[in-house]
Amino acid sequence: MNAPDPTSAPPLEVHDLTVAYHKKPVLYGIDLTVPSGSLVGIVGPNGAGKSTFIKAIMGLLPLASGWVKIFGKPYRENCRRVGYVPQRETVDWDFPVNVMDVVLMGRYGHLRLGQRPTKHDREIARECLDKVKMLPFANRQIGNLSGGQQQRVFLARALAQESDLYLMDEPFAGVDAATESAMIAILRELRSRGKTLLVVHHDLSSVKDYFDRLILLNMRLVAYGPTEEVFTPETLQKTYGGRLTILSDVAQTLGSQR
Amino acid sequence: MKRVLLLLLPGLVWGVPEVALAARISEISDYSFMDRAVRFFSFQDPGLSHALAGSMLLGISCGLMGAFLVVRKLALMGDALSHAVLPGVALGFLWNMSKDPLAIFIGATIVGLLGAGTVQLLRSTTRHKEDAALGFVLASFFGAGICLFTMIQNLPGGNKSGLDKFMFGQAAAMGAGDVLLLAVVALLAMGAVVFLFKEYRLVSFDEGFARAVGLPVQALHYSLMLLLAFAIVSSLQAVGVVLVSAMLVIPAAAAYLLTDRFGHMLVLSAGMGLCTGAMGAFFSFVGRNMPTGPWMVMTAGGIFVGALLLAPRHGIVSRWLRQRSRAEHIREENMLKAIYRAMEEEDFSREVVSVMELAQLRREPLEKTQRQLEALRRAGYVTISEDAVSFTPQGWQRGCEIVRNHRLWELYLTSAAQIATDHVHEDAEKIEHVLGEENVLQLEKRLDYARRDPHGKRIPSHEEIQHGRRPGGKERASGYGSHEPR
Repeated sequence: MNAPDPTSAPPLEVHDLTVAYHKKPVLYGIDLTVPSGSLVGIVGPNGAGKSTFIKAIMGLLPLASGWVKIFGKPYRENCRRVGYVPQRETVDWDFPVNVMDVVLMGRYGHLRLGQRPTKHDREIARECLDKVKMLPFANRQIGNLSGGQQQRVFLARALAQESDLYLMDEPFAGVDAATESAMIAILRELRSRGKTLLVVHHDLSSVKDYFDRLILLNMRLVAYGPTEEVFTPETLQKTYGGRLTILSDVAQTLGSQR
Repeated sequence: MKRVLLLLLPGLVWGVPEVALAARISEISDYSFMDRAVRFFSFQDPGLSHALAGSMLLGISCGLMGAFLVVRKLALMGDALSHAVLPGVALGFLWNMSKDPLAIFIGATIVGLLGAGTVQLLRSTTRHKEDAALGFVLASFFGAGICLFTMIQNLPGGNKSGLDKFMFGQAAAMGAGDVLLLAVVALLAMGAVVFLFKEYRLVSFDEGFARAVGLPVQALHYSLMLLLAFAIVSSLQAVGVVLVSAMLVIPAAAAYLLTDRFGHMLVLSAGMGLCTGAMGAFFSFVGRNMPTGPWMVMTAGGIFVGALLLAPRHGIVSRWLRQRSRAEHIREENMLKAIYRAMEEEDFSREVVSVMELAQLRREPLEKTQRQLEALRRAGYVTISEDAVSFTPQGWQRGCEIVRNHRLWELYLTSAAQIATDHVHEDAEKIEHVLGEENVLQLEKRLDYARRDPHGKRIPSHEEIQHGRRPGGKERASGYGSHEPR
């Protein structure tokens, strides 16, 4: 693995990215570059295209126009350097696999077709499970876990990918406060090791606390930059449109934080 | 899992004998059930070994592919595909007007894939969802197949085509070529599933993630669909078009109930498919020229019902037993609580309670109370002499714990959740039985180790519970709006 090098290409460069479903555009002309070692929040109302943005970066959705570069190369060539936490609802939790099986899936990108996970892979998976405090559950069927535990399993799987850029789609959904703070500590630790993280997030009250940079999205890029510059009532109003109730709620939380 | 599948291999190759077919087993029909059963197990009929080997092989490939259909919620896809191949069977026959297994196999596979492609096309280009697309393909292809079949029957020599056997299956009509084909398909399926086990599992579990880590998801998906088509088409002669989907779905569905690991599920599903195939062939043989398909499906259905009832975790019986023991547990704890309360009423000035008193407190008939007390005595929680019941140390401990849980929860609801005092009892009645040690510690901390519940009753402390110390009789409830007389 090539170590992250600050002088090399940025972890993520997106140019004029447009995504359309059935010819109806859902994301228009997104342009941004994410520097190495940052913890970036993606914020926007429901249907703003946050998940779409993440999926489009990884080529899970066809692009109508534009391009994406991961450390200076197309995604296909650098997919090993990207870790992914999908939304919890995207999988069937009754699927007959246990926690360890799922975390080991994070190693598949490093294995050849038909190759079984090695002892080394199991060791890594075990460490990652331990990091999210789920090691005692390694042999549990995944359907027997609480929502927060399932979210931690997904995080462990992404950690097992040992990537340099992490894309996380609502990793805190359905997670209790204690687990959320434990998870954010893990994300910060990754950042301190020079990793870059993009996290779709819903709770505006914790945005300032969690992220160095923010991507404010509502079908287009409303604002992008360091959190303290971008997280203002004006940009929030632009992002969340005319929905004044939300805005006033947020203004209140902003006020209470000062 | 790999090892188990490899062990199965030598057994399969045996199924391809070189003996020419002397007499079809279907021609033998004038023996009693026992005679026929003996004939079956003595393998006197050369056709029988074909029928048996073929049925077992198709059980394996259908079982393996069916496991994927079940976990991917594509069971209906199997149904649609198996009906859709019918025109292909007819076209394969028309190729050189004979039941050449290879021609039929190729024709049916092509038409089957065409059917699957049509489903995909309808789904992606129209507003229809998968179910409507499957329904359309199933019915229209099947209809076309029936028309072609009828046309063939009307051709000169067509009425001897034996194509009617493709509807409900006739294992006895299988020749060496059919069995060879089944063996190749079963080997292909096992080889692919063993080699690409982790890839197939990931694609089935989380397709988005599979693509994100760079797996060739499309290729994996199509290879699985191709294997599925192979499994269906090669099985037609033995099971028939109408019921082959049952061989895909039923063993896999039974296996899904029996295990929580996908590898085990594949092995179980293939194994049950194999048994089902063998038993289907047996019944069909013994039952005088009966169609094989329905017998296989009946057997598979029996296995499924067995799994449904007896599966260790998801089975009906084990679930019922778990529920019963939970109910038993709750009754036990409620009786211990009643004994505690009876003693508490007298400020623990006495160590015994009468059975009559308890029956009144529980508002139960005397015999029922007696029965439950007897159960508690056997469990070592109480001692009974004549009519007087008293706690053993363990009984005291558990009784205290339940009372503590109940009162802690009431206090928590009233103080932390601001619920009115007269609304909390019902809830606490349920919660008291499920609160774990850790929950209790959290609750006590949250409530600052309060010792009075909202009704002014004393909450037993750890001290009292552990050391069997009775709470002092001096302390009386006061100042809490207690309903107790001052």
